[in-house]
Amino acid sequence: MRSQTISRLLTIFAFAYLAFLYVPVLLLPLFSFNDNIYVTFPLKGFTWKWYQSMAANQPLINALVASIQVGFAVSVVSTVIGMLAAMGLTRYQFPGKGLITSTIMLPLVIPYIILGISLLSLARQVLNIDLSLWTIVAAHVLVCVPLSMLVLIARMEGFDKSLEEASLDLGESAWRTFWRVTFPLAIPGIVSSFLLCFSTSFDEFVLAFFLSGTESTLPIYMYSLLRFPAKVPGALALASCILLGSIIVIVFAEWYRRRGIQAQQEGLV
Amino acid sequence: MSDAMIAIQDVTKAFGPIRAVDEVSFEIGRGEFFSLLGPSGCGKTTLLRMLAGFEIPTAGEILIDGQPMSAVPPNQRPTNMVFQSYAIFPHLNVRDNIGYGLVRMKPSKAELNATVDRALELIKLPGYSDRMASQLSGGQRQRVALARALVCRPKVLLLDEPLGALDKKLREEMQLELRQIQREVGITFVFVTHDQEEALTMSDRIAVMSKGKVLQIDSAAALYEQPNCREVAEFIGTMNVFEGRLLGVAGGVARVDAGPAGELLAPVNGAADLAPGAAVSVAVRPEKLEIAASRPANGNAISGRRLAEAYLGDRSHYYVGAEGLPKPIAAAAQNKQRALTSGASGETVWVHWPVEAGVLLER
Amino acid sequence: MAATGTFAEGRRSASTWDALRRFWRLHPGLRGLALLTPALIILIVMMVAPLLLTIALSFATQTGFAIDRTPTLANYAVLFAEEGKLYRILIWKSLWMSFTATIAVVLLAYPMAYYLAFRVHRRKLLWIILITVPFWTSYLLRVFAWKVILGFNGAINSGLITLGLIDKPLEFLLYNPTAVTITLAHAWAAYAILPIYVSLEKIDRSLLEAATDLGDGPLRRFLRVTLPLSLPGTIAATLLVFIPTVGDYLTPSLVGGTSGIMVGNSIAALYGKANNGPLGAALSIAMMLAITLVVCAFLAAIGPKRLRHKGA
Repeated sequence: MRSQTISRLLTIFAFAYLAFLYVPVLLLPLFSFNDNIYVTFPLKGFTWKWYQSMAANQPLINALVASIQVGFAVSVVSTVIGMLAAMGLTRYQFPGKGLITSTIMLPLVIPYIILGISLLSLARQVLNIDLSLWTIVAAHVLVCVPLSMLVLIARMEGFDKSLEEASLDLGESAWRTFWRVTFPLAIPGIVSSFLLCFSTSFDEFVLAFFLSGTESTLPIYMYSLLRFPAKVPGALALASCILLGSIIVIVFAEWYRRRGIQAQQEGLV
Repeated sequence: MSDAMIAIQDVTKAFGPIRAVDEVSFEIGRGEFFSLLGPSGCGKTTLLRMLAGFEIPTAGEILIDGQPMSAVPPNQRPTNMVFQSYAIFPHLNVRDNIGYGLVRMKPSKAELNATVDRALELIKLPGYSDRMASQLSGGQRQRVALARALVCRPKVLLLDEPLGALDKKLREEMQLELRQIQREVGITFVFVTHDQEEALTMSDRIAVMSKGKVLQIDSAAALYEQPNCREVAEFIGTMNVFEGRLLGVAGGVARVDAGPAGELLAPVNGAADLAPGAAVSVAVRPEKLEIAASRPANGNAISGRRLAEAYLGDRSHYYVGAEGLPKPIAAAAQNKQRALTSGASGETVWVHWPVEAGVLLER
Repeated sequence: MAATGTFAEGRRSASTWDALRRFWRLHPGLRGLALLTPALIILIVMMVAPLLLTIALSFATQTGFAIDRTPTLANYAVLFAEEGKLYRILIWKSLWMSFTATIAVVLLAYPMAYYLAFRVHRRKLLWIILITVPFWTSYLLRVFAWKVILGFNGAINSGLITLGLIDKPLEFLLYNPTAVTITLAHAWAAYAILPIYVSLEKIDRSLLEAATDLGDGPLRRFLRVTLPLSLPGTIAATLLVFIPTVGDYLTPSLVGGTSGIMVGNSIAALYGKANNGPLGAALSIAMMLAITLVVCAFLAAIGPKRLRHKGA
């Protein structure tokens, strides 16, 4: 029957597609254990040495620390701003909401190269500030606030507005209402926003590249490695570690999110 | 100076050009069970929210226990509200929900627990203190919402269509329970509903609202027997309405030329001074009508033919179609008298009622 | 009545402060706007201002390190003139490469999303994680992986040689526009699956049952019901991939070589080594306008009515 053939083809396609998505990326760990400076077949032998050299590699460690610091700062700032914006948009009525929302989403559709270069001009020529990790943080916050807001709006719209009114009605101030009602219920969204902003900042190359001063973030460091064939295996080892780390974080994040949705569906909201 | 618990003075709420509440003034007494009744969009919920402080009047003033409320935010008002969706905090258990409004006073743990336990007794849910919202049924959540509001000892309890989501039997049970609780606790209840039966069952007085205005405020019986206008008459219960022109008034009785329904008499309630020729209606409740084979000597009577009957267990409705009238006349009688009132479809009968049973209304 | 009197008194002696407070209370929407101020400040300082700066810069000229800010259309003239032909070609090439990559991405992603939405019943979470993981790994990693694969001594070449299929490494694999397109198609794949999947997942299954009940076979049903209803998600995916890839910097710089560079690289070069920031700014503006035009044309071609179908 035709529909069965289509079904089977579709299934084969799905698995092939998964292979297509993963094989190129999985080659990285594969060659990171290969005892060969050149990334080439045939495989020569298993070795940990590329990983071991990572531990002693000071510039790498500095870049990693820098990326974590930037990522953390960006997540915190973006989530706070995104949360405020999400509350403003979901809990209040005022004209121009659509326009404001579209404006805040704009950084998502402007090519990063243009943003990077424009911000560079602003920083150096107009404001005359030095480039540093902080300029990177600022740029990343710009592109992470829309993401944070999207995640938090979805979460805020998911729960009953009368809950906050009930809290006010029962005598709590707006400040305490936020901490006793809004914040606890928004936590899944806040965690998601945090993870989203952190990973976006952690991987981001273009903006960091244009706005970095003396300190590099991890992507910038990795990019520099790729110019030298001798350093490529080290880059592979680094890439594989990042890959593993991302997988762990994503699995956790997705599990956490599903748990939140399940709780919601059990009549919680 | 009146001793009213709530005084609403010329209150208007406008959203742009639309007036949700239009120059409304009335008072609610202490310990009253007062209902705001009307169809959706009539302004009753907006008015309730203005009492709670979630909406601010565009014009006018609200006083609660003599204090003007215009500068008072919702968390400082002596009112508490039971929300339509119950608004039970999903991340807190029943105990923490009920005690929510008391926490900021920093009571001792023993005090707090004692208060919550008493409240649980009142709403008949002892032992439920550790359950979460998702583990409660709709009716139970409603009771928790009620307890949560009552423990704060408000002067006024506001209820926003709290029984709407419950099924019929549960709703009727809760209506009686609410009434009992109100009597026990003794505070003023302001109850919003679109269900007129509900309002009639529970309230001391009812304000019937439509399109932002208050049409009539009266006890259930007065609203039912003496509606002051056609809208109220038709909103509460069923009403037969015969339109016509006023011919004249003599000795407190009006003569109305009701067209196809003939000439009808109705008592004048003294409200409006109507001149002959005014457009009026004579209205009469179905249960006041009787059906006879021949025209009786006294009272109003209309001839027609039986159409349908509806059997409702304790009573039946009888529909009689008269020549020229747009709607069939509805008569109702207890089924004890079924033998006397029932009959074959198509049979010609006279529907009659004593003059005092009818009401004169403006058309 | 005393109460009314108090109210009237309050009104009569309203100071500016009281009037402001009353205004604040009467318009709760203002609180909403206040909550949005941090976000709006970030937007204005970090996006609007820099972009305005770039626009302004595009009207200046630079010689050496000195920037002459007298307004001039010289840069735009260059872009439209004979000497700017390279740039025009570059913009056109970038649009074309993005376009092909986008088509490839969406065409491949759709069946995958369809499979996930309609054929997976039990381990949906697992599949979704599997699809999402590449989405979250570093973009740099994914591009890097292709550099490794397509290289002269890379995985494909050495693999084929080891298997004895070819004698010498293939030279045409890396450092050309095709390499860029392939890499883009792989790197952006995951961005397309999710919007299409969400769109398909939201389709009310009873609509499909109704179509079958009314006589449609599977193919007709797909064309008449499923496809149109999944259009919003598909369009979103298309734009989500197309718009960022036109200005991509990283992929062309790693796998494009000299022939595969795109507009983004040229802009960076103009600002950097070529010391011609104003021309770079003008090129940036030109690129953004080009993208906007294409997107508008695309949306116009689809038709505004079809865009309003917000799912089933």
